[in-house]
Amino acid sequence: MLRPALLAAALAAAFPAYADADLDALRAELNQMKQSYEARIQALETRLQAAETLASQAVKTADQAQAGNATNVAEYAEPQAAPAENAASGSLGSHFNPEISLILQGQYAHLDDIEHRTITGYLPASDANAPRGFSLAESELVLSASIDPYFRGYLNAALDPDGGVGVEEAWFETTALGQGFTVKAGRFLSALGYQNTQHPHAWDFTTNNLMYLAEFGGAYTQNGVQVKWVAPTDLFMEFGAEMGNGDSFPSTNNNSNGWGDYTLFSHFGGDVGVSHSWTAGLAYLYGKASERESGLADLNDVWAQTFFSGSSKNWVADFVWKWAPEGNPTEQNFKFAAEYFWRDELGKLLCADDTIEGGVCTGLDSRYSSSQSGGYLQGVYQFMPHWRAGYRYDRLNDGNTHYGANDAYLPVYHYIPKANTAMLDYSPSEFSRFRLQYTQSQSMIGITENQYFVQYIQSLGAHGAHQF
Amino acid sequence: MKSLRIFIALLAALPAFSHAALNVFACEPEWGALARELGGEAVTVYTATTAMQDPHRIEARPSLIAQTRRANLVVCTGAELEIGWLPLLLRESGNADVQPGRPGYFEASRYVALLDKPTIIDRSQGDVHASGNPHIQTDPRNIARVGAALALRLAEVDPGNAAAYQARWKAFATRWDAAIARWQAQAAPLKGMPVVVQHKSFTYLIHWLGLREVATLEPKPGIEPSVGYLAEVAARLKTTPAKAVLRAAYQSPRASEWLAERTDIPAVALPFTVGGAAGADDLFGLFDVTLADLLKVAR
Repeated sequence: MLRPALLAAALAAAFPAYADADLDALRAELNQMKQSYEARIQALETRLQAAETLASQAVKTADQAQAGNATNVAEYAEPQAAPAENAASGSLGSHFNPEISLILQGQYAHLDDIEHRTITGYLPASDANAPRGFSLAESELVLSASIDPYFRGYLNAALDPDGGVGVEEAWFETTALGQGFTVKAGRFLSALGYQNTQHPHAWDFTTNNLMYLAEFGGAYTQNGVQVKWVAPTDLFMEFGAEMGNGDSFPSTNNNSNGWGDYTLFSHFGGDVGVSHSWTAGLAYLYGKASERESGLADLNDVWAQTFFSGSSKNWVADFVWKWAPEGNPTEQNFKFAAEYFWRDELGKLLCADDTIEGGVCTGLDSRYSSSQSGGYLQGVYQFMPHWRAGYRYDRLNDGNTHYGANDAYLPVYHYIPKANTAMLDYSPSEFSRFRLQYTQSQSMIGITENQYFVQYIQSLGAHGAHQF
Repeated sequence: MKSLRIFIALLAALPAFSHAALNVFACEPEWGALARELGGEAVTVYTATTAMQDPHRIEARPSLIAQTRRANLVVCTGAELEIGWLPLLLRESGNADVQPGRPGYFEASRYVALLDKPTIIDRSQGDVHASGNPHIQTDPRNIARVGAALALRLAEVDPGNAAAYQARWKAFATRWDAAIARWQAQAAPLKGMPVVVQHKSFTYLIHWLGLREVATLEPKPGIEPSVGYLAEVAARLKTTPAKAVLRAAYQSPRASEWLAERTDIPAVALPFTVGGAAGADDLFGLFDVTLADLLKVAR
């Protein structure tokens, strides 16, 4: 008997829902205050007028030309009219409903002619050829708006230069749950790690880091639901979980009614003095893969298709530290970022029969296990307004990979993929950026490639807020 | 069972703790100072930015998200000043009470008639604010307008202390009226004084005191001047001389000092907001220092 009563009391206290009587009393009180405030403003004006007259009399005696002071008083009487006028202009000043922005990106790349761009020792998400010379990157069209007082929606559509539209993100999230909770559903970039939620136009370098390429084939996208909670503490602490259909490497969409993957993530952050701030996070991703397709060269150096079925367990740790003198990044600032991942995969790998092409794989499905890790470190320094220079070091460990019976057909490398990248960019304004980048890539065994890039990023439309 | 009861008791106690003081998240120092004047002991004020930071360009730092999460009332300028960071803080905080449209979200610029409304809203015109110039705090009469509205809002969000907020507002308004009258009398010699501004930061101050803005160092809002453009401004100032080149404390002195060297017009860094100079520790100090700085160059 006691417990329900206690619970009701607790709930009533926790969620202050005022009774009607309280509300009426409050309204009456507010009305009263409004009236007294209007009277107050009038009194203020009369007194000010008196003061103005005094002041202007003083001025008049000093200088005939300065007799226009009465206009100031008239101006002060404006506020009654002003609020109504300004209220119409929209909250947060967003005059676009929905907010629309468009990102245009393109580049010139000087690259070696490599047919299958992979990372040695890592089953690739894709072996897409990087375009050489001039190329247009995906144009991103972003629309977002409040749906109603409870939800907000967001769409990021990538217009492929060869035609077609890819839905990068399409989701809605809650805005009215309160207590630090937000629920998001749809297709969205997973909140694990640091860089994962950034679209390519927000990267500090033209090319993705080796870690994200090896681990996710770019970025980890969720098709599902996310729940997160921010703690009511001075130290920023955020905890969340996601569950989806696993339609993103290293998971696969398994054509089932169940889930395909889940993630657990946490982020922490704070300031150190007025000039320094940091964030750190730890996340876990469990993915189920079913016939996940990859390609790699077999022992005869013939390109073979492989299909992995099993589990993929991933950990991601991230740390970012930023400096800006007096907390004002306009003139100078520095950003350091580092991320690291560990992955264990266990299951079966089928190497499709490629004997017709002269390969050695015979279509054998055998036990596969791998334990891999790697990461990157990067620093970006804005040494003067508009100009930034950056350096990134990528390194993946060779780890442990066993193909079981397929060991007879597939090579096991002991190789550490690495890359050194330097960039210089110039941003005439917040909305445009030009970048030069040089990368010495040793991501593939036996190849040291010098890559040169010139890139532009242009943003049109609504002013997007950028994450930390 | 015992632990559950303790948990429920703690849950029940939570709002009691949060009601100990109203958490106010102020985007800029002037609104932090105003909230302190009106809230006194009843509020705990967190000010997100300092006078040495450009309110247009603030990073949405984790610490700011954490503070937004705890806030009962967010007090910001609005008029797109915080568009690059505030929306992100509100979204990431998971705090329903301070979302736009809720009583816990207060935009100062809504209670003031905005100046400098652009006729062409196009980025080729620079960093334009479609609803008008957001730097309203440089006119003390705007502070009074916002103060009257903020006192009401505080009472709405925290009805238990409504009477205290109203009493503090009355006391503040009386002192503020007297101060405005004093400043206006002091500022008599400033009327018609020609000045150059670095950014359109002081439109309301200029309007209030009847100064004359003869040039802006930025060719377009938010666009840094080139040396060529500065030389052009310097040449123009030969024919229409000015008494001072004004900039806000957070702005780089480069452009205004370059001009000051070549034209003998003194460069003056005004506090712009609370904390922007020694002595500008509260709203009264802000205008005392601003007027003293201006009067120095008027002679």
